[in-house]
Amino acid sequence: MKQKITWFSVLALLPFAVLVIAFEIVPLIGMILDSFQSDNAYSWVHYVTALTNPYYFKGILNSLQISLYSSLIGIVIALVASYSITQMPKKIQTIMITFSNMTSNFSGIPLAFAYIILLGSSGVFTLLSKELGWNILSSFDLYSWSGLVAVYVYFQIPLAILMLYPTYSGIQKSWRESAALLGASPLQFWWHIGLPVIFPGLVGTFSILFANAMGAYATAFALVGGSYNIVPIRIGALVSGDAISQPHLGSALAVILGLMMIGAMWFNERMMRRVRRDLQ
Amino acid sequence: MRKGSIHYLVIFVVGMYLFLPLAATFLYSISNTWANTILPSDFTLSWYQELFSDQRFILAMGRTLLICILALFVSMITMVMAVFTITVYFPKWERFIQALVMLPYAIPGVVAAVGLIKMYSSKPIVLTGTVWIIVGAYYVLILPYMYQGIRNSLRTIDVKRLIEAAEILGASKWIAFLKVIVPNIIPGILVSSLLSLSILFGEFVLANILVGGHFETIQIYLMKRLKENGHLSSAVVITYFVIVLISSLVMLKLGSRLQNGKTKEKVS
Repeated sequence: MKQKITWFSVLALLPFAVLVIAFEIVPLIGMILDSFQSDNAYSWVHYVTALTNPYYFKGILNSLQISLYSSLIGIVIALVASYSITQMPKKIQTIMITFSNMTSNFSGIPLAFAYIILLGSSGVFTLLSKELGWNILSSFDLYSWSGLVAVYVYFQIPLAILMLYPTYSGIQKSWRESAALLGASPLQFWWHIGLPVIFPGLVGTFSILFANAMGAYATAFALVGGSYNIVPIRIGALVSGDAISQPHLGSALAVILGLMMIGAMWFNERMMRRVRRDLQ
Repeated sequence: MRKGSIHYLVIFVVGMYLFLPLAATFLYSISNTWANTILPSDFTLSWYQELFSDQRFILAMGRTLLICILALFVSMITMVMAVFTITVYFPKWERFIQALVMLPYAIPGVVAAVGLIKMYSSKPIVLTGTVWIIVGAYYVLILPYMYQGIRNSLRTIDVKRLIEAAEILGASKWIAFLKVIVPNIIPGILVSSLLSLSILFGEFVLANILVGGHFETIQIYLMKRLKENGHLSSAVVITYFVIVLISSLVMLKLGSRLQNGKTKEKVS
């Protein structure tokens, strides 16, 4: 009997184990080892380069900045929007959540393309605003930093709505009524009760949005190819076929980015655990 | 009443903001020319006609389907067996396995690509530029979603008792697994498979870095066509989006039917 269980288990686990080891664990370990390698000796030199070389350091700063801006704008819009959704009749709520779900699939190259059609140098709105003599769009350049933030914000909003919408269920209607009865203004209610309740969910969502923007590659790549100086694009350029490619430095940057992402996810997990505890 | 209308306004504005790029892409794909007017002036289906008679597009679509389905198929079989075995016989390992399969969720595509290139672009094993490396990479990419789906559906049934009952009735472990456990969790597996499929369909980074020049997937095709013809590219985007939409609608229907089924069981 014991024998039989073992055979079954081995056969059932083997293919999974082989695939995970071959395509997840070995490449990750290989990458980490590679990032410490310099002329057949182990050293920190690539990490030092990544963090002190002005070019790469600027890339990291740019990535942090763009992720910060797009997540902040995205979360503020989603915070208001998802609250409004909770105030709707059930039917509209379902429609809006389905719609957010649908648009959350609209990212990467198709999204960048849609923005090029709308706001690119010969985009529909760009031409139209020239025709009408509007000046709002003439100062906007899709291929600049503000353009990149605008496109990033688009893919952050549906994701943030999907994550924030459930946290509002933690605020019970009776709390609002009792607060109002005790003479609290809506502002006071939100400041003292509402916000503290949704705060962990808010912070957790923010960390996911931040990580989402840090790792995004396709959107920026589709907009201007390799010319933005952000971390994912730099990593891609360092490891894929450029004449002067430096794979070790690419590995070091990849490890730095990977650690940032894991940190953000870990933070979200901790915050969400708190939300779930509060909801119970 | 005035308070309520503010919420309608907010939802309308945000909804329009999210809807506009999609609608514009759609209009662009069915218009001849579109410049200097709010709406395009004359409509045509010729871009779709051109697209569907383009050999390169058909091939790219075929390649994408091939690698996605291959990765999904392998994932389904190996994951169901593994997750089942771990939950039933090695519950102690669960935390470890969970950390392992959730890791790809935190690792961005470009980072995963670096490791894969490092390991498989030089001897002894050269896989870059072949189908195998992308199928392997996609297998890892969908691990978190497949794991969650399978784990959740296993939780809804009493696996241990079902297996015991089947064994008492004379079935071997394999038979019990295939004929009792698998049919019970198939709907849950289908939902996570469709989710994985729509993720793989939109994947660009891994495909571009790992097999870029050798193997043109639909996303790479789109990227290359972007600069040539805007109307044609928007037809590609819409076609791609319709496919993702259909699969997520099926997913939603399937998911809600599952939940209905569950609540009904509880009632009876």
